[in-house]
Amino acid sequence: MSINQEVELLRNIPLFAKIEPSKLKLLAFTSERLSYQPDQVLCRQGDIGDAAYIIIDGEAAVRIATPSGDIEVARLGRGDVVGEIAILCDVPRTATVSAVERVTALKITKELFFRLINEFPQIAIEIMRELAGRLERTNAQLRDAVTRSAPQ
Amino acid sequence: MEPSIYRFIFRYSKREQLVLLVMTGLSFPFLYYSLDLPKRIINEALGAKGAASFPTEWLGFTFDQLEYLWTLSGLFLALVCINGGFKYTINVYRGQLGERMLRRLRYELYARVLRFPLSRFRRMSQGEIIPMITAEVEPLGGFIGDSISLPAFQGGTLITILFFMFVQDPVLGLAAISLYPVQAYVIPKLQRQVNLLGKERVRTVRALSDKIGETVSGVQEVHANDGARLMLARFAERLGRIYDIRFEIYKKKFFIKFLNNFLAQLTPFFFYSIGGYLVIQGSLSIGAMVAVLAAYKDLSAPWKELLGYYERKEDARIKYEQVIEQFDPPGVMDPAMQTGETDDGPAAPAGFRSSNLGLVDDDGETQLDGVNLRIEAGERVALLGPTNGGKEALGLVLARLVPPTSGNLAFGDRDITGLPEAVTGRRIGYVGPAAFAFSTTIRENLLMGAMHRPLLEPERDEDARAAVHKSLADAAIAGNSTDDPNADWVDYAAIGLAEPARLSARLVELLDVVDLWDDCYQLGLRGTLDPELRPDVAARILEARRGFADRLAGDPALAELVEPFAADHYNSNASVAENLLFGTPVDATFSVDGIATNEYVRRTLDSVGLTDDFLTMGRDMAATMVELFADLPADHEFFAQFSFISPDDLPEFQALVTRTDRGGLENLSEEDRTRLLSLPFKLVQARHRLGLLDAAMQARILEARRAFAENLPPELEGAVAFFSADAYNAAASVQDNVLFGKIAYGQADAAGRVGAVLAEVLERLDLRSTVIEVGLDFQVGIGGSRLSAPQRQKIGIARVLLRRPDVLVFNDAVAAIDSAAQARVMERILAEAEGRTVIWALQRADLARRFDRVIVLRGGRVVEDGPLDRLDRDGTEFHAMAAGD
Repeated sequence: MSINQEVELLRNIPLFAKIEPSKLKLLAFTSERLSYQPDQVLCRQGDIGDAAYIIIDGEAAVRIATPSGDIEVARLGRGDVVGEIAILCDVPRTATVSAVERVTALKITKELFFRLINEFPQIAIEIMRELAGRLERTNAQLRDAVTRSAPQ
Repeated sequence: MEPSIYRFIFRYSKREQLVLLVMTGLSFPFLYYSLDLPKRIINEALGAKGAASFPTEWLGFTFDQLEYLWTLSGLFLALVCINGGFKYTINVYRGQLGERMLRRLRYELYARVLRFPLSRFRRMSQGEIIPMITAEVEPLGGFIGDSISLPAFQGGTLITILFFMFVQDPVLGLAAISLYPVQAYVIPKLQRQVNLLGKERVRTVRALSDKIGETVSGVQEVHANDGARLMLARFAERLGRIYDIRFEIYKKKFFIKFLNNFLAQLTPFFFYSIGGYLVIQGSLSIGAMVAVLAAYKDLSAPWKELLGYYERKEDARIKYEQVIEQFDPPGVMDPAMQTGETDDGPAAPAGFRSSNLGLVDDDGETQLDGVNLRIEAGERVALLGPTNGGKEALGLVLARLVPPTSGNLAFGDRDITGLPEAVTGRRIGYVGPAAFAFSTTIRENLLMGAMHRPLLEPERDEDARAAVHKSLADAAIAGNSTDDPNADWVDYAAIGLAEPARLSARLVELLDVVDLWDDCYQLGLRGTLDPELRPDVAARILEARRGFADRLAGDPALAELVEPFAADHYNSNASVAENLLFGTPVDATFSVDGIATNEYVRRTLDSVGLTDDFLTMGRDMAATMVELFADLPADHEFFAQFSFISPDDLPEFQALVTRTDRGGLENLSEEDRTRLLSLPFKLVQARHRLGLLDAAMQARILEARRAFAENLPPELEGAVAFFSADAYNAAASVQDNVLFGKIAYGQADAAGRVGAVLAEVLERLDLRSTVIEVGLDFQVGIGGSRLSAPQRQKIGIARVLLRRPDVLVFNDAVAAIDSAAQARVMERILAEAEGRTVIWALQRADLARRFDRVIVLRGGRVVEDGPLDRLDRDGTEFHAMAAGD
């Protein structure tokens, strides 16, 4: 796949939809495109985060380690962004992401990621929307959990 | 050392000086006769002096006029040859003598540096020592050659001429030398002032070089503290001082010259006045006066030479004295202690016994005070206490690196101060807090500990042996070391090896002990190997190449990690340049930066019709780079990481792209073409993903690859090491030789996974130790600068462990290693040193729990001493310190 095809692909991702093509080209050119074998880990819970990933192809699973074992919390597919929390808040990775099938991902370094957010508020808004959505889902799950355990 | 240069000359070269004198003396008659002969030819053979009658008789032979002329002229020619021969022989002999004496002097100075007490190096820096041994003594060699023969020759000439003048007329003779007393009085006085200034100048220049040395060592601090202006100002001040001194010297020197010239020209005044008076009086013939005047002219040359000699002599004398006084500090070791070979050590195993041991340093600071200790052989002792409380000093004294200033220290049944280094430097091992690595391989650095004397002459053919003997004989004449530096110096018995072949294995074991194994393995992978020197190793690495390829081919998950080199395939993970060469550039001829300007490469591109395509590609790449990077600030890291074009060149390329689009490729200047052509060579298909190299283009580059290899002119054959599936590539690293391909871009954690597979394959083929051996041949750089401080420290420790001394003294030796590894490394060192005496000065008291006995020193005194279990309880100093850590 050449840079130009990657740019096309990135344009279809909501996060990057409003960014001019030449910037997307720089993003594609300066980011490593990595392919992962099934079960290979993109990022591991507890590690220091230095990059975020955009899934270009394939499916990945997000798992969180709990005292009672790993729980899968989400599945990611084409166009999803993962790993941004660790670089946004400078905390260790909050979950382990691994490939379910063969995955191709664009690795965006912390430096580049912040640069993009600075230059394109649109991206910041998209990320806020995404994070807010996740928070809302988490709240809903918490509500469920509390209501279910309350009667006992 | 001899206090004056003349004593030095007399002591070491009296015989040679005598030979020179005799040769000079022998040359006089010939010289005289060659001056006399022309007169004879003119007067007698040509008959200028009135009627000569021919045939004439000479030496019992009868000659007619022409025969006589031929004979005398022939004689003259012979004399010219003889004089020339004398001059040549004397000069060569003199030069040889000077060089030999200089060699002796330098050797002696260097040997003295090796025997200085360690405290000396706190007062004398590298920057001072180096110019003394190199530049300052350099002119002494020439002077020593001239020292006796030149004044003898010129003085002899002078006296002959003076004698001649006195014979002509005593009064005129007196007139000729009448001003000599004035010169003899005034000139030395002036010269003395010049000498003092000369001394001052030498000192200032020495300080200058010291400053330069300091700047080089501390350059990082200068940068970090914005100190350049201060350094420059101080340097300028020193230069100014040298300038002032030099100027003063010039003024005085030229005044001396002026005075000499003036007096020399004043003398004829006496000739004319006194001589003229005598002629008028009739007591002197005009002829005699003319002869005296002519002789006086001849007098000035030797006189000038003698004055010049006097100046040089003074200069040499000062230089010698100034250098010598620096090399004669109190406490210089006796040479026999250092180079003597002896078995005269204490019986093994030996412990230490000190009574009232004291050490006061140069600044009058008490380091050790009344230390009474008994350390038995085999004990493991930890020395603790505050910094400079005495534990470091005790370590140095026990290793006999610093002699105690009072009290006694016995090693076994011997007083340690009298023991030669052949005992202390072999039976006792010492590692300080910052071990030094010499600028050679890791292997040599380790072996240095066991190289005390030449043991085995290397195999040499007859000629080589004769050459070595000759050079050692020369060394002996100059009083230099006659040890053969190229012999095998390694004392295998000391290492505990019955056969040298086991040496590498032993080194590898020690690397493991000091936790340097992995570092060395990595260095080995990155290192190169000369397959001609080690054909066996190269063959095994080729075996690993096959093993690695099989391993990758056998596992689909790994297959994509490395794209192997294949003669008929374009390697998309390699650059276009690599694909074209299909080899590793050996020198700069085909390096990626210069390949576009290489004439042969350009010819090859032309021959397969690729030039225009490359130009187009270059234009497209330039346009893309301009598009991507034009908005970025010039110092942005992306330029270094990703751009083909540096930020400075970007505007130029922008203009170039515009020019190309407007005028077409065919109208570009040669310079522009080269610029564009340089870009595609750097393109790596899989990494840059610019979509410029389609299958057709790849096929044509392969065609160029074949053309390149087939037509390579013989003179360029050495410039590229071609990839070949079954040949070792000497220009590539060991790792690249095993991989024989490129690690693929775009595979997650490819390098890590490849490294793991590589390690596994090497392990299976039992090749890891071979890789380590390559790592052992890694050149550590100046002062070990290519290694980290902990790595140097580990080498220092392994160096001492290798030679298995009875006693090991460690002064804070693992502090440079990161704290997590410290305890582990220490544990392994102690296990390795099992059965030997270990004395370890520690900063961290908690580490002392690995020792049998703890000694706490404070203010140079022993404040606590006892077995670990007795001291490791509440209320002891040790316990308080250990709890604090």
